[in-house]
Amino acid sequence: MSRGRIWLLSASLVNLLFLYLPIAVLILFSFNASRLSATWQGFTFRWYLALLEDQALLAAVHNSLLVAAVSTSLATILGVSAAVGMERLSSRRRRIVEGALLLPLVIPEVMLGVALLLFFVMVELPLSLVTVTIGHVVWNVPIVAIITRARLQKLDPRLEEAAFDLGATPWQAFRRVTLPLLTPAIIGAVLMAFTLSLDDFIVTFFTAGPGSTTLPLQVYSMVKSGVSPEINALSAILVLISMALIGLSLVLQRQRN
Amino acid sequence: MLLWMGIFFILPLLVMLAVSFAGRGTYGGVEWTFSLTNYAQLFDPLYLRIYGRSLALALATTTLCLLLGYPLAYSIARAPVRWRGVWLLLVMIPFWTNFLVRTYAWMFILRTEGLMNQLLINLGVMSQPIELLYSDWAILIGLVYGYVPFMVLPLYAAMERLDSSVVEAAWDLYATSWSVFWRVLLPLTKPGVVAGCILVFIPSLGAFITPDLLGGAKSMMVGNLIQHEYLVVRDWPLGSAISFSLMALVLLGVLAYFKTDGRLDRFEGGG
Repeated sequence: MSRGRIWLLSASLVNLLFLYLPIAVLILFSFNASRLSATWQGFTFRWYLALLEDQALLAAVHNSLLVAAVSTSLATILGVSAAVGMERLSSRRRRIVEGALLLPLVIPEVMLGVALLLFFVMVELPLSLVTVTIGHVVWNVPIVAIITRARLQKLDPRLEEAAFDLGATPWQAFRRVTLPLLTPAIIGAVLMAFTLSLDDFIVTFFTAGPGSTTLPLQVYSMVKSGVSPEINALSAILVLISMALIGLSLVLQRQRN
Repeated sequence: MLLWMGIFFILPLLVMLAVSFAGRGTYGGVEWTFSLTNYAQLFDPLYLRIYGRSLALALATTTLCLLLGYPLAYSIARAPVRWRGVWLLLVMIPFWTNFLVRTYAWMFILRTEGLMNQLLINLGVMSQPIELLYSDWAILIGLVYGYVPFMVLPLYAAMERLDSSVVEAAWDLYATSWSVFWRVLLPLTKPGVVAGCILVFIPSLGAFITPDLLGGAKSMMVGNLIQHEYLVVRDWPLGSAISFSLMALVLLGVLAYFKTDGRLDRFEGGG
């Protein structure tokens, strides 16, 4: 191995270590018996059991799942129809819509959060899970649309034309030819939108009202009051869930291939 | 779709633009008078310092992410195909892990009773624990840690498309490893570098969680300032004006990249 390659490989390993060591430490100490100490005091599951009895936390999990499910469904319908609709626009108009679609993803999230807060207050829509869900849909639509469009552009247009030649109506052609070909991309987009919605903090922070605390908001208020082994345990569970979601998306992809 | 985005995205931004020119009501509401005082207030030295800090931290984060991410992305792209998936997965897992959790990890490590202090004491570097948390350095670590995957993924996408025979040709023509990197690799992967830098720069400039949890009262960034004006001071017009100036900063940053007319080194020299 040349010196360059060794250097390259060690730089990469340092980077990975940097990415994983903090998470590993966090998970390790979620099993630490001592509440305060940063030294190892023995193994325990106590902090995990304490989480199960935390009513506020369980309510937050429930809210989060609800918001993620509703906002992902809405964003998928809107995003996929946007992606399909854009194909029919003239190229100049399509470029304008493409730019407008990217905007929610390029502006800082804090700005989106406060703009929505201001808007909801102005139209006197009380802050609740409804406003949180609307906020999530705003940045999930572009994500679904972009992923779907990337796949749509790779499709062979002759397939749809063949369907028309065989006497299919536009709806039949879409339903029986285009949609099945788009399914892998849509599943990927759904998983991505769902995960992002579950994880979102900033937009939620500004658009949530009393009683609409989501999991990240709950984690935030726990973290704000200081380091505790319960948060470590909760973090470990969240890391595990993200790994499971990635695993799921990989399995689904492999099945499609 | 357009209707939805019009109502819940464009309209709120327009409302905010209008409010940024309005006056502040007695009880924190909005008084509809036209004035530029909110924008004039932005040049208060106190605020200017916060912009300066945000800009400096965002640039430092982008540079560090590029330095860390480039070799990693290159190793992944050059790895045997069956290993590539594993490497990518290793980058994806932190990317999909909750940002709060990853920020908390550093709170846990850097706090005064935390592991870093213990390690330094055990190594004999110092005898007393020092406060590592609540500083600009802690924010920088948190931001780099949070956004490195955003750099690696677009870089990898650019490198995967790279024709390796071009690099081999450079070696065959006796290029030094430095000039292979500088004259072949970097120009060819430039789209990935630009995309990665934008993806890191924008969220770091508007960062809220990281400075809120890892920074102290003296290390506010623009994101915290906006939140402070909105939810604590309840000066919405001023908060809106700050938001728009942040957006202007972001757009300037992005434009600066595209204006480098194909010369990346010039920007890096300036940044």
